[in-house]
Amino acid sequence: MNATPSNPRLLEQMLLVRAYEEAIVAGSAAGQVPGTCTSVGQEAAAVGVVNALSADDLILTNHRSAGHLLARGADPGRLLAEVMGRRDGYCGGRSGSLHISVKELGVVLTSTIVGAELSLATGVALSRTMLGQPGIVACFFGDGAACEGSFHESLNLAALWKLPVLYVCENNHWQAFVHRREAIGHEHVADWAAGYRIVARTVDGNDVDAVLAAASEAAARVRESGQPFLLETYTYRTRGHFEPDDQGYVDAAELAAWRARDPIARYRERLLDAGMLTAAEADELAARVTSRIAAARAFADASPYPSAADLASGVYA
Amino acid sequence: MPTLTLHDAVGAALAEEMRRDGSVLVFGEGVATKRHDLLTEFGALRVRNTPLAEGIIAGTAVGAAGTGLRPVIDLLFAPFLCYAMDELVNSAGKLRYLSGGQFSFPLVTLAMTGAGWGVGAQHNHNLEAWFVHSPGLKVVMPSNPADAKGLLKAAIRDDNPVLFFLDIGLLYQPGEVPEQEAVVPLGQAAVAREGRDVTLVSYGKTVQHCLQAADSLAAAGIAAEVIDLRSLKPLDTGIVLASVTRTGRLLVVHEANRLCGVGAETAAVVAEEAFAALKAPIVRLGGPDAPVAASFPLEQAFVPRPEAIVSAAERLCRHHSA
Ligand SMILES: Cc1ncc(C[n+]2csc(CCOP(=O)(O)OP(=O)(O)O)c2C)c(N)n1
Ligand SMILES: [Mg+2]
Repeated sequence: MNATPSNPRLLEQMLLVRAYEEAIVAGSAAGQVPGTCTSVGQEAAAVGVVNALSADDLILTNHRSAGHLLARGADPGRLLAEVMGRRDGYCGGRSGSLHISVKELGVVLTSTIVGAELSLATGVALSRTMLGQPGIVACFFGDGAACEGSFHESLNLAALWKLPVLYVCENNHWQAFVHRREAIGHEHVADWAAGYRIVARTVDGNDVDAVLAAASEAAARVRESGQPFLLETYTYRTRGHFEPDDQGYVDAAELAAWRARDPIARYRERLLDAGMLTAAEADELAARVTSRIAAARAFADASPYPSAADLASGVYA
Repeated sequence: MPTLTLHDAVGAALAEEMRRDGSVLVFGEGVATKRHDLLTEFGALRVRNTPLAEGIIAGTAVGAAGTGLRPVIDLLFAPFLCYAMDELVNSAGKLRYLSGGQFSFPLVTLAMTGAGWGVGAQHNHNLEAWFVHSPGLKVVMPSNPADAKGLLKAAIRDDNPVLFFLDIGLLYQPGEVPEQEAVVPLGQAAVAREGRDVTLVSYGKTVQHCLQAADSLAAAGIAAEVIDLRSLKPLDTGIVLASVTRTGRLLVVHEANRLCGVGAETAAVVAEEAFAALKAPIVRLGGPDAPVAASFPLEQAFVPRPEAIVSAAERLCRHHSA
């Protein structure tokens, strides 16, 4: 896909993710929508990487998946329907927010077991190579997942078997209610890759141009070499772990510093400064996104719940 | 009919299925070393040794199964499955359902268990019922080489994840295995011996113990029917219910811990659906709620012996005549 720096389309995608999650937050506060793990503050990390992938590539994601799914082109109405447990959700309401797969978009085997995406990604890459299919495998995971054994087992096997996996660690500083400082003895997950002889790089995850450029380069390396690569997007979860969450445990100064680096405000500014966008056009983008999300909510509200008679169907192939 | 050990019957099934279907591959700790003939025939891409890491072996298999391959993994001894529980239970068993049917996981996991080698509880633990309790998984445990071959062929062709347990005590016992293609469907029990007085239901090595007991019982004038479950999920309740409806007496026998075991499930199904046919209370013989000791006599004492089966069956039959 198009990797031109400073692209209003990236702004629109980030705005869409933000608006989608804000709709969930509002719906959840009103008792109408289940809470989710939002990715507020991390939109650039998701949008930048997904835009560096090609249509043949497969994506594995986790509980904090809205950015990956929306950037990949998922329909916000069907996503919201899924979150709300409705029949028109991508998984027929069986997933809810936590394990949304959309096979038709190449978003496969989403798991909410922290670290499971890492254990599955090697197999997905193995089938790509053995079946001679094009495309690489992008595996999104958090800094918390990097503490699971599956991270280390996965990197070791991917390096050993030369599997085309682009590992994308979204280091958002939080592992639910534990700061990464309390869980990892060093700042960057990327540092672990060297032990497995995997090339790694850390990028400013709040700068969508930088993420897109780094991810494009990383994806190209995986594609050409057939070997894994680890990209760490260094970012921050500026909302709570799961709605509702008052974030009473978060250091106020740290949070304020990262909010000041909000990826969307920053990018809007950059596009305006570069003359790529006028303020009026930016407002128009925002308005378009707002009405898309309103329509999505209406679609989800209108979608019926699945029938309880189907409770135990579809367990076996 | 040619004679094969259960271990070689597994190898024969693997070879036939790999020949038939290029998407079948096998990997595990030492598979390429120990099944060298497979490596020679199918090459290093389809027959692989792995690092000592059961979690990633299983996870890789689940990921591969979900995207087009049909992996068979050998996790060696059943207790090592504990390192692969997340991948098998949470991923293979649940992601089809949770995704609204977008994926299937044609994957077979081999694991050895049971008394026979004096290896103790961290190598011998009949934990098959754990997987019966986990949705989305199928569970198989053959009692002889012919069934091992036929069931493994069916398991490899099945589009669901199958846990395939190999009884250590049976691994190197020879048995006749048909030369022609003989797929044994999953979910079909077998009547190993017919009889009208009491139904003995078992699987794995205790099927043989039941057959020995049936010989002794016959000498005492009791005709025991022996049912080999073969698949623990799907469980062939039909064959069990039909038998108990005729005999009126049920004795369930397995090596695994009795608590919440396959015997408990079998007994419950019969109590629910054939209560009126019962002439005596259902009896279960199984291992105790204890880890298996390495010491040979203790290990053997864990397993219901033919003598115990005989006396339990005799008690059951007396109950009626009393
Ligand atoms: C195996 C497992 N342990 C714990 C949890 C509960 N949990 C869900 S998300 C989460 C935090 C994960 O942190 P990280 O990997 O950094 O991802 P993030 O949520 O920050 O995106 C935890 C602990 C879980 N889902 N799975
Ligand atoms: Mg995190």
